[in-house]
Amino acid sequence: MATQSLMRRLPPVSVMIASLVLLIMLILVIFAPLIAPMDPRDVASYSLMDMEIPPAFMEGGDPRFLLGTDNQGRDLVSVILFGLRISVVIGLGAVIFAAVLGVVFGLVAGFFGGMVDSIVMRVADIFVSFPTILVALLISGIARAQLSAETMLAWAPLVLIFSIAINEWVQYARTVRASTMVEIARDYVRAAKVIGLPAPRIMGRHILPNIMSSVMVIATINLAGAILTEATLSFLGAGMPPTYPSLGTLIRIGNQFLFSGLWWIAVMPATVLVILVLAVNVIGDYLRDHFNPKLMAR
Amino acid sequence: MKTSIKTLLAGIALLAPLSAPAFAETLRWASSGDVISYDPNAQVDSFTQSVHHMVFDPLVRRNKELKLEPALATSWEVVEPTRWRFKLRQGVKFHEGQAFNADDVVATIQRQIDPGARNRENLSTVVGVEKVDEYTVDLILRAPYPLLLNDLAAIYIMSKPWMAEHDALKPGNASTGVVTYASNHANGTGAFKLKAYEPDSRSVFEVNKDWWDKPQHNLDEVEFRPIASDATRVAALLSGEVDMIAPVPLQDVDRIAATDGLKVVENPSLRTIFFVFSYRPELHATPGQPNPLRDVRVRQALWHAIDGKTIQKRLMRGKSRTAGMLVAPAVTGYDEDIDVPLPYDVAKAKALLAEAGYPDGFKTGLACPNDRYIADEQICLAVASMWAQIGVQANVNVESKTTYFPRTDKGEFDVYLLGWASLPPMDGFSPLQALLATNDGTFGGSNADGLSNPDIDKLAYAAAGELDETKRVETLKEAFRITHDQVLYLPLHQQPVAWAMSSKVDMPQFPDEYVRPWFAQIKK
Amino acid sequence: MIRLFSVRLLQAILVMVAVTAIAFVMFRFVGDPVASMVREGATQAEKDAVRVALGLDKPVAMQFANFVGQVLTGDLGTSYRYQQPVTTLLLSRLPATLELVIVATVLALSLGIPLGVLCALKPNAFLSRLTQSATLVGISMPTFVTGLLLILIFAVNLRWLPSSGRGDLVDIGLWETGFLSLSGLKSLILPSITLALFQLTLIMRLVRSEMIDVLSSDYIRFAFARGLPRPYIYGRLALRNALMPVVTVTGLQIGQLIAFAIVTETVFQWPGMGLLFTNAVGYPDVPVLAAYLLFVGFLFVMINMIVDILYTFIDPRLRTR
Repeated sequence: MATQSLMRRLPPVSVMIASLVLLIMLILVIFAPLIAPMDPRDVASYSLMDMEIPPAFMEGGDPRFLLGTDNQGRDLVSVILFGLRISVVIGLGAVIFAAVLGVVFGLVAGFFGGMVDSIVMRVADIFVSFPTILVALLISGIARAQLSAETMLAWAPLVLIFSIAINEWVQYARTVRASTMVEIARDYVRAAKVIGLPAPRIMGRHILPNIMSSVMVIATINLAGAILTEATLSFLGAGMPPTYPSLGTLIRIGNQFLFSGLWWIAVMPATVLVILVLAVNVIGDYLRDHFNPKLMAR
Repeated sequence: MKTSIKTLLAGIALLAPLSAPAFAETLRWASSGDVISYDPNAQVDSFTQSVHHMVFDPLVRRNKELKLEPALATSWEVVEPTRWRFKLRQGVKFHEGQAFNADDVVATIQRQIDPGARNRENLSTVVGVEKVDEYTVDLILRAPYPLLLNDLAAIYIMSKPWMAEHDALKPGNASTGVVTYASNHANGTGAFKLKAYEPDSRSVFEVNKDWWDKPQHNLDEVEFRPIASDATRVAALLSGEVDMIAPVPLQDVDRIAATDGLKVVENPSLRTIFFVFSYRPELHATPGQPNPLRDVRVRQALWHAIDGKTIQKRLMRGKSRTAGMLVAPAVTGYDEDIDVPLPYDVAKAKALLAEAGYPDGFKTGLACPNDRYIADEQICLAVASMWAQIGVQANVNVESKTTYFPRTDKGEFDVYLLGWASLPPMDGFSPLQALLATNDGTFGGSNADGLSNPDIDKLAYAAAGELDETKRVETLKEAFRITHDQVLYLPLHQQPVAWAMSSKVDMPQFPDEYVRPWFAQIKK
Repeated sequence: MIRLFSVRLLQAILVMVAVTAIAFVMFRFVGDPVASMVREGATQAEKDAVRVALGLDKPVAMQFANFVGQVLTGDLGTSYRYQQPVTTLLLSRLPATLELVIVATVLALSLGIPLGVLCALKPNAFLSRLTQSATLVGISMPTFVTGLLLILIFAVNLRWLPSSGRGDLVDIGLWETGFLSLSGLKSLILPSITLALFQLTLIMRLVRSEMIDVLSSDYIRFAFARGLPRPYIYGRLALRNALMPVVTVTGLQIGQLIAFAIVTETVFQWPGMGLLFTNAVGYPDVPVLAAYLLFVGFLFVMINMIVDILYTFIDPRLRTR
């Protein structure tokens, strides 16, 4: 035990590497339009003459295309950068949306208790009985059936964020509710109630700051899951369209060429996706062990 | 393999796989789609109907050269222009033992033209059927119609007593609550019997030893498996799980052809791929503004802007046939003088656009399925890129065929990709009637986008009742000439039919893309 | 005891009613059920006839009551795509999914428990560190990537195992199993490994943390102090106690796993309920979607209730609550 706590003062090397990787990826994502040699959103830049060129380091490669080109003649470096961007944005969007929903419901349930608590928690029970991927597929399927083609094109990222987040808020709600119930029994909260401070203020000023660290830990761990869910949906064809591809869409496209010798079209985005998720997982794992070892044990 | 195991007791079955000898010639093949239903009237899916042909026989069928020949009908005559008389084959038995006679034909035709039949358009000119004697029936037509035999080649004869026994005389239909025993069972007179149907998994057929015709195949069993994903289908062939895949993705052709023990067979198909234009007053992409596509110069510009050679060479890997008209050479009504695409000429395209009042181009939607035609998604993106060169901004929308085609029917797209094989009749009247003629409730069934050209309509109605073949073909050609000059549709190419199979399999290929295992041989 | 039972039952019923309501809303309002049932170009009269036949002309409350009645009798409507009763469809696909899930669970348990124990007992051993890192990579790989990788290696390159389908099936009366034929067993290998990886990590981590907890408890220390043999302490005393929550979680995870099989089944064209579901999403075959939703909800509620009730029998303290 003693050695362990000693080691915990500094994060292990793996965590530092993961943080560095994640940082680099975030920078790439933010500056993608400046870094990428081409803008894949501009269809005019596609050139069939350049299609299916292997990565530059292979025989038949072209120095213009470091990781080769896809079946449309798009530069893989560029589509991956923009794909990474979409994957990260949707992942973060879903996590933030779920966290906000979960914190609000958890606070309300824990603070007011009784009837309100029962209702919120029963609703949570219903959501948690369905795996995220199932709900997300269902919602994007319904959206597809209900919305016109043009609307769907414009709304795809938002639909994805919503359909992933709608099932993930429960975890936050449960944790926040439990912590709120602990905090609410403390003297300072009781005092605040007695002097008649409004409920939102008590929650915001006194309870929220104390539960933020667990929320952050859950959010980090869920970020990996949200990115994977988005990739899976896009892989199954229920996610981002090919003109605005996420990493999952790129893998879906590349999959058609996996056995044709054109492995790089699928393997390059898949590698980036795995590295991204792995980095997030390593950090999430560390945070969990470090801050709140019991949090995810169930 | 399956019979041997299934009939054994479970205990013995444990040992069976270790010793099961390959005593039967089984053809295992996979395709991208599944058989939607075994009810011939419950769906409009051409692939499903092609598989049905293994189990059912029509009155007339297509031979190895795709020429019509007698099947369950031995001869026919036109008694009156609207009454055709068919003599039926005697001594034919259905798979379950019922004898085939005129009652079966009457019941089948009535089922086909029932208002509840999903595919009743396939026999739209027939309004009635009468039994003359045990082996003679009359078909009553709405009007004189030259293509009746072509249509009948896709009408599969079912057994009346069988349908009656299973309460399936009416076509399967969820809304009317009609029992659909026929949707997952089949009892035909065809070369193969349906032994097992597991949706999304497989269909197993065994040879019909009592078939009325002399078999041209040497199979004992056929197993069909639907494998939607291109890569998984190729993997199944490479790993030896199936003997044949149809279609094979073009990008895998070279690799498979170079693999020992496998071969690729390819031919141009009948299916022409083209773009459909919206002729509605406004485009969905630019509400409130007049639709530029209604100007013939704009449509010509769009055609001039497409680099057909590059699409043919790169996307289609040199295996397609660049087209200038809606029908392939094998289809009646084809004319090589019309089949000339407008040349790739960006400058000319820009000039035409400017002339039409769009010097800076315009915005439009552009839709494609991603699982229906060869390289469909890629074609859309490539064309969007080519159109961008002349300033036309196409918002690409790609989706699965299951949601795509309902949207095309509802006219939700501005420009979209469509394929037309002119099947089953293999006649130019098919696109003329369905795509080119104005949608008036009778004609124009697939023209959901407001195309209406009075000259075309006149020609369509003239061709419909023209029994003089030379005149009829001239009428068709005239209509296609107008189509080309007005760029009513924008043809791209005929896509290839490409199948990959084990070298042991000998399977003839047809431009209509039907897989016909009754012509297949497996080398021992 | 009876009170607890009835409270749980009431909660379960409430959840089921809510799920049924969601399914009903989907069924009724997603897409136009009439449009998907009539032939193309149907007249208004035909459409109205279908509307009446489906009971869509009645008030929504009554439609819901009818829907609940149908669900209770096992009638989940007719699939738009297959034109077959949905219940029959689901039941015919259940064996494929169950076999896959069972094999995956067995795989995950038989690998996860020993690895978890190893990581708990020898946290610094090379193998433990390797395992820990490997599982982290494991949960970072999307299922479809794992599946494609396995197909590429074992089906396409080595040609050892089939890449798709269930192989030859043997009819054992109630269902057709893939366990009794060589090709059936071979077909199971790749998809079940793909599915098991997801659960393996979870089980391994759980065993590890439970073992660490149990090993630091007093009675284990006493056992060491008494000089009991190590295999006895680890095997009989520690592991046994650590396994209780593992069994519970595995049970609770089965529902999740059935739904999680959606992706695996799609990659391997495994003809189970998951593939049925993905195909239904694309169609969209609303009755199938609604029925699948009901099924998963029901499964979850049942498993939860069984676990809860079992717990009250195992742990007497809960009975007094």
